[in-house]
Amino acid sequence: MKQFAALLRKDNQPVRYLVVDDSVFARKNLIKMIEMFGGEVAGEAGDGLTAIAEFNRISPDIVLMDITMPQMEGIEAVERIVRQHANARIVMVSSVGYQENILAALQKGAKHFVQKPVKPEVLYEILRYVLSDDPNAVGAPVALAGEHRS
Amino acid sequence: MRMELIQPFINAADAVFAESLQGPTKIVDLEMDEDAYRRKGVAALIAIKGDIEGRVILDLSPEVAIKVASQLAGTEIEAGEQVVKETVCEMANMVIGNSVTLLNDQGFHFKVFPPEVHMDETGLAGSADTEALVICIETPCGNIYLNIAMHYLHRRRQERNAIPALD
Repeated sequence: MKQFAALLRKDNQPVRYLVVDDSVFARKNLIKMIEMFGGEVAGEAGDGLTAIAEFNRISPDIVLMDITMPQMEGIEAVERIVRQHANARIVMVSSVGYQENILAALQKGAKHFVQKPVKPEVLYEILRYVLSDDPNAVGAPVALAGEHRS
Repeated sequence: MRMELIQPFINAADAVFAESLQGPTKIVDLEMDEDAYRRKGVAALIAIKGDIEGRVILDLSPEVAIKVASQLAGTEIEAGEQVVKETVCEMANMVIGNSVTLLNDQGFHFKVFPPEVHMDETGLAGSADTEALVICIETPCGNIYLNIAMHYLHRRRQERNAIPALD
C-alpha cells in the first residue's frame, strides 16, 4: 500500500475532516484514506441537512461532500455552509462528474471536485492543494508534516 | 436501445470495476431482454430522469457480492452483512454516475437518484419503448450483471407531437 506523508495543520495537529455521504460504505472508504493521510475524522453525515448541523457543531478543517443524497443534496448543503462560513473548505466527492455539476458546486463555494471511484493519490493531491496557500483563510491549516513554508 | 446509449455504460463499468477491484475486466455477454427482470442475487437499482429516463440494476450473485465487498473493504466480510448491500449500492452509484457523466458530455441531461437495494425476485420488465439490455462483465471477483432499461424522453415527446390527435 502506498505511503503518504501526513497532512497536518499549521499547529502540527491532524487535519479534522467531516465526511458526508449517504453510503456507509463510501464513508468508510474515505475514512480509510483520511487515516492514511494522518487525518482525524471529526464527524460523519449521511445527508446535506445533517452535514450543516455537524459543520456548525465541529468546525472541521475540510469537508468531503457527496452530491446525490436524500433529504438535501450536496450542492445545496455547500451553498448553505459557505453562506455562514465563508472560509469553509469543501471538496465534492461524487461519481457524477459532469461539467454542470462541477461548475454548480464550485459556484456555490466548493474548493475542488474528485470523481468516484476515488484514487487515494488523487485525493491526497487535491487535499494538499486545498489545504495549501489560501491567503484569505483565517488560521489556515496548511503545513505538511516535515515541510517548511516561507 | 441505441449503441450511443449503451457504450457509456460499458466504458464506465469497465473503468469502475477495473479500478475498484484492481484487475482486468471483460464483457462476456450482452443481450436484449424482453422478459421480466429476475434478480440473480444482491441487486441495486438506480433511477434516472431527464432527457433519457429509465433505470439501471447492478446485480451480483451472493458469492460474488461477498467477494467484491471483501475486496473493497480490505477484510473478509461474512454473508448477510449490511455492508454487502452497501457495497453493491455504491458500486452501482459509481458505474451509473460515471456513465451519465459520459452521456452528459454527449449533450444529454439527467437527474440521478440514490441507489436502492432491489429485493423483488421479478418485475421491472423491459417494454417496446423501454428495452432492457443485460451486460455480463467478468471481473476478478466473478461475473457482474448490468440490466439497463431506458428510453429517450425527448424523442418520445417529438413522436407524440407528430401523431395527430384523435377526436
